[in-house]
Amino acid sequence: MTTATQVDAAGGVFSGDESGGGRWSEAFRRLRRNPVAILGAVLVLLFVLVAIFAPWLAPHDPQEQLLLGEVRPGFVPGPREGFPLGVDSLGRDELSRLLYGSRQSLLVGIVSTLLGLSLGLLLGGLAGAFGGRVDNVLMRVTDLMLSIPGLLTAITITVILGPSLTSVMIAIAIVNVPIFARLLRGSMLAQRDADYVLAARSIGLRRRTIVLSHIVPNSLGPVIVQATLTLATSIIDAAALSFLGLGNQDGTPEWGQMLAEAQDLLGTRAALAFYPCIAIVIAALGFTLLGEALREALDPKFRR
Amino acid sequence: MSSVVDPVGRDGSAGPAGRDDAADPADRGPAGSTAAGSTAAGSTAVGPTAAGVAAAGEPAAPLLSARGLEVHFPIRRGLILDRTIGHVRAVDGVDLDLPRGGTYGLVGESGCGKSTLGRALLRLVEPTAGTVTMDGVDVLALKGEALRMQRRRMQMVFQDPLSSLDPRQSVESILSEPLQTHRVVSGSAARATRVRELLDTVGLPASAAGRYPHEFSGGQRQRIGIARAVALEPALIIADEPVSALDVSIQAQIVNLLEELQERLGLTYLVIAHDLAVVRHISDVIGVMYLGVVVEQTASRRLYTEPLHPYTRALMSAVPIPDPDLEDSRQRILLSGDLPSPANPPSGCRFRTRCPWVQETRCADEVPPLREVRPDHVVACHWAEQIDAGEIRPRADAIV
Amino acid sequence: MSLLEVEDLSVVFSRRGRRDVRAVDGVSFSVDAGQTLGVVGESGSGKSVTSLAIMGLLPRRGAAVGGEVTFGGRKLLGMRRDELRDLRGKELAMIFQDPLSALNPVVPIGRQVTEVLTRHRGMTGTDARREAARLLDLVGIPDPDRRLREYPHQLSGGMRQRALIAMAVACQPKLLIADEPTTALDVTIQAQILELLKELVRQEGTALVLITHDLGVVAGLCDRVNVMYSGRIVEAADRRTLFVDPRHPYTTGLLGSIPRLDSAEGAPLLPIPGSPTDTLPWSSACAFAPRCARSLEVCTTVTPDLEPDGRRALRCHNPVPAEEAAAVGAEGRRE
Repeated sequence: MTTATQVDAAGGVFSGDESGGGRWSEAFRRLRRNPVAILGAVLVLLFVLVAIFAPWLAPHDPQEQLLLGEVRPGFVPGPREGFPLGVDSLGRDELSRLLYGSRQSLLVGIVSTLLGLSLGLLLGGLAGAFGGRVDNVLMRVTDLMLSIPGLLTAITITVILGPSLTSVMIAIAIVNVPIFARLLRGSMLAQRDADYVLAARSIGLRRRTIVLSHIVPNSLGPVIVQATLTLATSIIDAAALSFLGLGNQDGTPEWGQMLAEAQDLLGTRAALAFYPCIAIVIAALGFTLLGEALREALDPKFRR
Repeated sequence: MSSVVDPVGRDGSAGPAGRDDAADPADRGPAGSTAAGSTAAGSTAVGPTAAGVAAAGEPAAPLLSARGLEVHFPIRRGLILDRTIGHVRAVDGVDLDLPRGGTYGLVGESGCGKSTLGRALLRLVEPTAGTVTMDGVDVLALKGEALRMQRRRMQMVFQDPLSSLDPRQSVESILSEPLQTHRVVSGSAARATRVRELLDTVGLPASAAGRYPHEFSGGQRQRIGIARAVALEPALIIADEPVSALDVSIQAQIVNLLEELQERLGLTYLVIAHDLAVVRHISDVIGVMYLGVVVEQTASRRLYTEPLHPYTRALMSAVPIPDPDLEDSRQRILLSGDLPSPANPPSGCRFRTRCPWVQETRCADEVPPLREVRPDHVVACHWAEQIDAGEIRPRADAIV
Repeated sequence: MSLLEVEDLSVVFSRRGRRDVRAVDGVSFSVDAGQTLGVVGESGSGKSVTSLAIMGLLPRRGAAVGGEVTFGGRKLLGMRRDELRDLRGKELAMIFQDPLSALNPVVPIGRQVTEVLTRHRGMTGTDARREAARLLDLVGIPDPDRRLREYPHQLSGGMRQRALIAMAVACQPKLLIADEPTTALDVTIQAQILELLKELVRQEGTALVLITHDLGVVAGLCDRVNVMYSGRIVEAADRRTLFVDPRHPYTTGLLGSIPRLDSAEGAPLLPIPGSPTDTLPWSSACAFAPRCARSLEVCTTVTPDLEPDGRRALRCHNPVPAEEAAAVGAEGRRE
């Protein structure tokens, strides 16, 4: 049942399992044992490696219209020698565009998540730490934001800022702010009444110390899980915005945009739409699996 | 301590009356007011100092005194405007004296306000009325830094040792934190030494320092909680159900540790518990709480041999004793119904709705004051003497 | 043949990536109609798992149940699921420690009680409602008609436990298993509930298995007592023998470590060192040896057997001698 390791003066024995480390290292141990986590991690790693090494992996320049001579109205691109996945309707190499597209997705995912996370943590932290009126005002604002569909908000923001990659990142970040803020605040409120916070007060810790070194760190678990999941949704949202033509305008390959371009060819060359879809799904799935596994690893209900 | 509030002075005031409590008749000086004094005031008054009761012939000023302590929580309703529609009277006028170096046991069932009272004394919950004086310091008047400093002197031990320890902190960090914040020990090396010392004090090996709460068993975690409480060398420790979450075979270890520490460090305890046997074992004086008020208070041996309040009698008779012959022959007083809502306590005597001895007169319309029915034995019951003498019999169906 | 016969019951929990846990190991006992058996133990003693195994409530995956459980001549282990479901609630009933989580929070009490009556006694409509009200009245819930319309959260803890008992006894079960039925309740409420259970055994002839950590509760209610430690019975005896003349060091340890309301002033508590998790494997030792003051060399190398000895059965290489037992036992500790 237990691994008795050491007898103490009271005749007791430390009765933990393998021992060592706090909650996070324990969660990490559980993660390593979870096949879902491993799969998620492999997919994410694959995605990141492809993004980093795209210039070396891609057989062609993704922007170059290699078959310019053949492109004319009614041109049906297809697989051909030297282009494993064929060319798109403008005569560019599909594989190279897919590989390069991962860079955009990763960039948007990370930047918008981090931006949304930091703003969300700030607002949620303020609400959770001060409570009362501050909390009330901040939470009504987030309620308002959450009551409008996220994509609609994102589209509106991108249109206002003008279509570009930066606008997409800002828009997605803003959509995620209330989610993070609510989560951290709720989690902090739950911690605020915990006995160890009362204990911290009773030993005379300063309020600031209690919030920053006890309440916030113990409230971060669900937020980190959410951030991992948000990486996935950001990638999907970014693809959606590009699909609508609100992303980069300079022809840099982007999965959502590729999907939009392939739309006209759905009847004749469905594969061109299929490839970016698969890429989006794999990247999003990796983060989702990892996030869910992390949730499980951190949730005491799954412990044993 | 001359600075201790003189409760006699308050007797005539509108607030809940107090009484000086040089409990032993011998010690009762001219200042010691009589039972009559508080009866006259006609509100929940208080009992003898525990100190006097505790160690006869050792009159000492109490370490901590509370007078007329109230904690009322507002009940709020409404979606937009938070209207206060009433108050939960968790603690409703309690006077208390904690004997210096002794143990005061506070018993009562869930919802009686005993935990809230303990927290209010430590200002972990803000009292809504009353005074708390500790060594001449008006605890309720302290603010900010002064309150923080006062916390060094009064500490708490919690019921659930796991939830009262931050899961992310190692034992080292848990025990260093109070030392650091109060700058008791400066320098990390000195702190580490002190942490080892504390661990040794509570019977844990030095190697425990590097470990995390979840790696320990329940009893060991409670030892860590106790080590944290004594780290600042407080004068007072309030232990809220210190053993009730532990396995039966562990409880005695913790009770013994608490007693040993009291002896070694000269601590004063307020032990809050629902388990009468544990409280009787550890306490010098016991106060019984019901629905926000103290209904009986006396020396712990007395309370068992001659309980005077009907509620105490019922409570005592309900505690199972691991002795089959005794269990078979014992009479049990069964209370009917449940605890009334503390938001809307019964008029007159709060216990009357469940009391097997309830009388048609007085109980419903007169609040029974805490009065000294026997020397050092205060009871809030109009009929305590008659019940004790057997002149008033309980309802027959309440006895089994 | 007794109403319930448990023969060599064992429960092994297995989880991927973890060592198997023998939660219950070779447990045998029997209970007759109108009898009360107490099962006493701390966390990890296997007392609750024993009851869940009897009721067939352990998950089928991950928990391997071995041995034989016979109830009224029928074998419970390996019984078809639907057969077992018919038996549960009708002839076999159970009440749990936490009455709130055992009741469905979104269904009124009345519907939860009538459900049982409909399923097992074929009652419907007003008949069922009237019977439900009668049952609530029987377990001492005042104003039953109103209570039937209320939801679990509107009832106090004691009321909820009564409602659960009402549901458990709705079909006059032959066997009632109560797992820590009063642990979550206050002592005055506990006294009411225990009195109710006592009445049930006396009047209806129900067999009761009472699982608890509280020796006091056992002393007042049970005919026989099994003391369990780390999955095995270490001492089994009739109530008087166990309390007056306890022989297993764990039993005497428990009795010596709990304060009694009537014990002599200043009598010290004699704790058992260590914690219930400090065990040796039963397969090659006595699990209690690491905490035992009477532990010998043999205790760490040879498994003690549960040896019948007149009025009791004892699993110990070095039992407590009679004189010492008397001092720690019920009579010795009276004031």
